[in-house]
Amino acid sequence: MSKVRVLVGTRKGGFILTADGKREKWEVSGPYFTGWEIYHMKGSTADPNRIYASQTSGWFGQIIQVSKDGGKTWETPGGGLKVEAGRMPEGESNRFVYDTSSATGAPLTTHQWYDGTQHPWEFKRVWHIEPSLNDPDTVYAGIEDAALFRSTDGAHSWHELAGLRGDGTGPKWQPGAGGMGLHTIVLDRSNPQRMFIAISAAGAFRTDDGGKSWKPINRGLKSPYLPDQTAEVGHCVHRIAMHPSRPGVLYMQKHWDVMRTDDAGENWREVSGNLPTDFGFVVDVHAHEPETIYVVPIKSDSEHFPLEGKLRVYRSKSGGNEWEPLTKGLPQENCYVNVLRDAMAVDSLDSCGIYFGTTGGQVYASADAGDTWAPIVRDLPAVLSVEVQTLA
Amino acid sequence: MIRVVLPQHLRTLAHVDGDVELDVSAPVTLSSVLDALEARYPMLRGTIRDHVTLQRRPFLRFFVCEEDWSLEPPDAPLPEAVSSGREPFMVIGAIAGG
Repeated sequence: MSKVRVLVGTRKGGFILTADGKREKWEVSGPYFTGWEIYHMKGSTADPNRIYASQTSGWFGQIIQVSKDGGKTWETPGGGLKVEAGRMPEGESNRFVYDTSSATGAPLTTHQWYDGTQHPWEFKRVWHIEPSLNDPDTVYAGIEDAALFRSTDGAHSWHELAGLRGDGTGPKWQPGAGGMGLHTIVLDRSNPQRMFIAISAAGAFRTDDGGKSWKPINRGLKSPYLPDQTAEVGHCVHRIAMHPSRPGVLYMQKHWDVMRTDDAGENWREVSGNLPTDFGFVVDVHAHEPETIYVVPIKSDSEHFPLEGKLRVYRSKSGGNEWEPLTKGLPQENCYVNVLRDAMAVDSLDSCGIYFGTTGGQVYASADAGDTWAPIVRDLPAVLSVEVQTLA
Repeated sequence: MIRVVLPQHLRTLAHVDGDVELDVSAPVTLSSVLDALEARYPMLRGTIRDHVTLQRRPFLRFFVCEEDWSLEPPDAPLPEAVSSGREPFMVIGAIAGG
């Protein structure tokens, strides 16, 4: 029988929630890495027992954890005890060093700071981990300050895909209030050379040559907080989602506005339609219906909670513009939580399951594509990320 | 034998319960103690000092014989009480909260 594993990253550790295909009774394990921020946990589709986790701390920096048994045990790659005399320690799995060589990318040492001055790139943390679709040892990491790294040895070592920062627009990138993080990595199953990423607050970018070169894909985005509202870069993209069967169609939750492209990002158009507010962080796509999409509207950029204290997921079955509120089982009064950008995911069971986590520590699940909801857990630390694995 | 006291989170990461004991050849310095610590426990690389610059992470400090050694040169010899193992080398995290 099918099984579902939900990977939850929180402010104070990671949790793994499991259920059978009915998704009625849940087993909760964790916390893992207690006391550390778990920005993201994600499993490999090539080997579902391989799970990567980004573990961070203001005191101790970045750690990468890997499990090869579905989350039962974890290791820091290359971080085992070393007693051999004369051997250099490995422990490189948390070493993210920007590529400044002229051989592999244009050396780039500064980006725009909040006040418009130039500021050095400084590694802070890994926001998002994206395992390759085909190889469990290959994995991408989106980091703050924004850059994309890749490991091909199971996260033992990391190397920057420096063409992204070197695309020519890097000096114009600027952090949002939450930092300048590369938070979205979307891989194209139909074209291994193509990849999409998004950065707050630089915008969306695409590569068509496996990450060597990149181009901004922000035409159609309009951001009132920019001096040039339709600038090539500078847009605060919060999240991008794609259905694997329609790789040219992308959905975007921007700072404000829900957007859609049908040509792999060459042109975007707004599909906010009748949403009560089009600010938000998450967007995701139904596993079997490429035109069915989900967002969680948030009141505004300074009021990060649901409108009127009612937690509502909105679903569009027409790829945007026409939206319906989904409220059954969700709190409809006095609810002032947020749903962060990496905190929504879907499973691929016949009746598609939708999941999201809140800054109030709840993880909600719907086993019927959003019609009804129930909390799996209610009292975790603030949820930073939710990913789902559908297991045979 | 040098004794090193780590914050709880780093003990967990290194899979150790109490103080860490290290063989460090003379001269025993702040830098040589950290080198030995990272060689023995590679998972601690990058958690106490930066991988590349080897600068101490901002929310951590080093204490020796009740004195703050955080800003001392990395190659300054540590007191005999530490190199002999009578006193520990302490890695202290900034207090959280307010």
